[in-house]
Formats: sequence, C-alpha cells, structure tokens
Amino acid sequence: MFPPAYPSLKEQMMKLVVNGEEIESSGSSLPDLLVQMGASPKRVAVMVNGTVISAAERQAVTLRAGDRIEILTFAAGG
Amino acid sequence: MKPLVLGDLEFQSRLLLGTGKFSSSAVMLEAVKASGAQIVTVALRRFNRERPSDDLLGPLMTLKNITLMPNTSGARDAAEAVKAARLARELCGSRLIKVEIHPNPHHLLPDPIETYEAAKILAADGFIVMPYMPPDPVLAKRLEEAGCASVMPLGSTIGSGNGIAAGGLLDIIINNSNVPVIVDAGLRAPSEAAAAMEAGCAAVLVNSAIAAAGNPSAMAQAFAAAVQAGSAAYEAGLMARSTTAAATSPLTLFLG
Repeated sequence: MFPPAYPSLKEQMMKLVVNGEEIESSGSSLPDLLVQMGASPKRVAVMVNGTVISAAERQAVTLRAGDRIEILTFAAGG
Repeated sequence: MKPLVLGDLEFQSRLLLGTGKFSSSAVMLEAVKASGAQIVTVALRRFNRERPSDDLLGPLMTLKNITLMPNTSGARDAAEAVKAARLARELCGSRLIKVEIHPNPHHLLPDPIETYEAAKILAADGFIVMPYMPPDPVLAKRLEEAGCASVMPLGSTIGSGNGIAAGGLLDIIINNSNVPVIVDAGLRAPSEAAAAMEAGCAAVLVNSAIAAAGNPSAMAQAFAAAVQAGSAAYEAGLMARSTTAAATSPLTLFLG
C-alpha cells in the first residue's frame, strides 16, 4: 500500500481576506490570487498584511491562511 | 512662460487637473486634452472585480505628455498616507504625490499635523511631495523645510466653488515661499485662477470647476487661458496700488 497522497499546497483551499472580504483561494502565490480575482497584474498595486509588495516581489510571496491582502487600482479623484 | 519646476521635473503647463466628478472617462480625457494640463491627479481605490472598467490607468496612459500625480485621499493619518503613496508609486512609477489627509468627510479640511508627518517621511523616501494644506503660512514654511516640492493651500473647501477665501493668507504664503505655491481646491471661475496667478501662485489645481461645468472641455480651455493670462500678468509686473487718483491725461488748462 502506498501512503495516502499528501495534498499539495496548490490543492488546499484556504481563507484569505481580500479587500476586506473573506474569500477561499486555491493558490498560495500572489500572482495566482490576482488571476483568481480577475485583476490585470500591471494595473494593480498589492499590499499583504500592511506591507507594500512590488511587482518584482510578488512571485516570492507565499500566502498563508488568514492573510489580509489589499488589491488597489487607480480611480478618478482630484 | 517659464517652466513650472517641481523637484527635478519641469512642466510647461501651470494648470493641474483633477479627474474626479466627470460624467464619464471619455469626457474627462477630452477635458484633460483641452486643458493642456501635464499633471493629472488620480486616487487609489480597492480593485472591484465587478467593475474592472473603473480602472483609470489604462485610459490615462493613452494620453501623451501626462505625468500622473496620485493622491492619498482616503488616508486618515500619516501612516496610511505613506502606504498609499508607496502603493501609488508602485502602480504608476510617478514620484509625484499629492499628500491629502482629511479625516472629516463633512468638510474635508486637511489635518495639518498628519500631513506634515507624512510629508517628512515621503520627502526622505524620494517622493516629490505636494501637500494639500490649509492656507497657513507657518505650516507652509514647515512643509517646505520638510522637503516638500511645493505647497498647495486650499482656496476654499474641496468642491465648494467658493474661490479664494483667505487671499491675505495666500499672499503671505507666496511672499515667504521658496517652493512653488499651488492653489488647490475651491476655485469656480477662470477669473479666480487668473487672480491666483497674478498674485504669484506658480500653478492652480482644478477639478470640480471643470468637471461640473456645463461643457467641461470648453471650461478647461477657459481655465488654461486664464492661467496663462494671470501668469503673464505676474511676469509683466502689476502696477502699484494708490489710494489717490493719478492722472493719465494732462491736466493743464488750455481752454481759457
């Protein structure tokens, strides 16, 4: 008998708080989350748990359950 | 006209435009073009997956010769404003930042203490800091000393159209400032923009007066002309005021 397959991180669902709303995410990387949210990577800025993440740093960020993510874009304003 | 110098950047236009309150992005883009503005403000908002078309970065990037000046609107204190500024720089690459901290939504008046704290941090972090501030000459000097590239005293409350409510204080700020003074907020009529420029302001920032006009593009052109006229008048040097009359025609009696 083979041991039961340990589910990879990618397959695990976890709860994240994105823009103030709790969501279930299957991916643990920031770029995956942006895809899930339908956000164009070059048109958004991202903050994880209060820290600003540059576009270059996104790939290296591993998201953990309960992380608070802010995805921001430009809107009209004076 | 001399260029407007902000930090290490130079601009030919002395009319800065806000992008809020326009009836559509298309109307806003037309007004920006008509205004000749080279600096355009934007605000940060949470990405809305239901309305991705709210994103203004795409449409604004189609305009040539435009530098974005994100604002920190929505920040309630210096720490939030600093975060907003860093997010905005990440998003558009522009170092221009309008520090705007107005915790009270009723009057939207800037918090001078938090504005000063945020300005200090952001100037040290390499931003070209443009603080929206009350027309307070002492605060203006403190912000200049903190490394701000300009000071932006309000004419009157945001969106009120009450013009320049404290002209005397604005004059003191202008006379003491070593950085460009830009009137931000409250203007309604192009004549008010011209008056600000005649008084020695380096530029004006206009949003509601253009966005809420019957014809925003035409009003943008009117403001551009007024800013140019006011600036040219300042450069030409206004005559001194006198409390008595000074004849412009000879008063010699010659009819007997």
